[in-house]
Amino acid sequence: MWRSSIGKKIIMAGTGLIWIGYLLVHMYGNLKAFAGEEAFNHYAESLRTLGEPMVGHGHALMIARIVLTLSLVAHVWAAMVLTRAAQQARPTGYARFRQASGNYATITMRWGGLALGLFILYHLAHLTWNVPVLTGEYEPGNTFDKLVVGFTNPVNVVLYLLALVAVGLHLWHGSASFFQTMGWRTAANRQQIRFLTGVLAVAIPVGFAVVPLAVAAGFVA
Amino acid sequence: MKLHLRVWRQSSAEDRGRFEDYELDDVSPDSSFLEMLDLLNEQLLEQRKMPVAFDHDCREGICGMCGLMIDGTAHGPVPGHTVCQLHMRHFKDGDRIVIEPWRVAAFPVVQDLVVDRGSFDRILQRGGFISFATGTAPEANSILIPKDRVDTAMDAATCIGCGACAAACPNGSATLFTAAKIGHLGHLPQGQPERYQRVMGMVGQMDAEGFGGCTNVGACTSVCPKEIGQDFISQMNRDYRRAVLGRTGD
Repeated sequence: MWRSSIGKKIIMAGTGLIWIGYLLVHMYGNLKAFAGEEAFNHYAESLRTLGEPMVGHGHALMIARIVLTLSLVAHVWAAMVLTRAAQQARPTGYARFRQASGNYATITMRWGGLALGLFILYHLAHLTWNVPVLTGEYEPGNTFDKLVVGFTNPVNVVLYLLALVAVGLHLWHGSASFFQTMGWRTAANRQQIRFLTGVLAVAIPVGFAVVPLAVAAGFVA
Repeated sequence: MKLHLRVWRQSSAEDRGRFEDYELDDVSPDSSFLEMLDLLNEQLLEQRKMPVAFDHDCREGICGMCGLMIDGTAHGPVPGHTVCQLHMRHFKDGDRIVIEPWRVAAFPVVQDLVVDRGSFDRILQRGGFISFATGTAPEANSILIPKDRVDTAMDAATCIGCGACAAACPNGSATLFTAAKIGHLGHLPQGQPERYQRVMGMVGQMDAEGFGGCTNVGACTSVCPKEIGQDFISQMNRDYRRAVLGRTGD
């Protein structure tokens, strides 16, 4: 399956779906910030104790990280091979070329995806690896405090919001492509898929954006 | 009307090629784009220059031989048209028109605006047919097929293999062509026995010819003279997935 172009697209669709699922869970966790410091920190801690006592401390989180990393690697690998094939399919370009279809989301999939990859590194540096210049000084062990301190830095907020625009665009074309690549899109469900993917592409960025905006505006402190 | 043409000239596959500019006077707005090129060639012959080579056959929009990139759009500015059915009334007096051959690695330029679309033929040879013991013609309607299925199959079968889909695709992908050829047989009972062999064979050949992969842009459908839809691509992807995963029992 991984040899053919469609097989690689199926890999991209499957790994993309894993990441959409992750984004929904991640967004749910973020929104806990509105429930207050205690609820948020309790949630953060429960991610480590998830599945105990059957699953060891932090193991569920580690499994999630491994699955997400492998998914991302497979997604990027397939994207790179397909991009290279596309370039080789047209070694001589047109003197004049009008893209006959597609929107901003369509044409930014590759560079937008790369930008998202870079943002993920920055985002991890900020909130997982706790690079001091990004994270700021927060009460150790208090995840809620880390969140609030981090997003009082306007650079973090602006980059976060820009990344969410990229997330929305990537999701818009990506989630629609998911149905097409899996062959589940038909003439009958075209409108429903359009609606669903549109909702996903707006709801996920908005759901993420409200947290840093609320922190910056002082609603969450 | 007067036109300023910028035409790709390439004497052979080995020639590097270049654009040349031509002025053309007295073009009738009622002439077709190919008739306009005929006029240009007469002018070139009178000047004892090599005429511009371009493919054409039926000039009725049904054979799929003609196909040019006109000002960056495959088959020109009018949707649902082949170049031969495009008329000069869609252009304005004094227009500058850039005319290029299809730019796809799997369609090497033979001369000027003529490309070799043999790659499409080779994709068809890997399954764009049904194996059938030919005998006397069967009784009409001996196999009953619902009208909507026939119509869908016919929508796919209108593909004339002109290559505009691959030419307009930012990835140089032949996905719409391959999907249409798979789709028109896939919607009919006669196409069922070899359905999954067909998708494996044709998709494999499509990749082997060096076409790019589909990124669901939809440019192919926009320029397709027969306006073949994206649904056939979804159908092909579904058949391919089932074939690869061995889930071919319906």
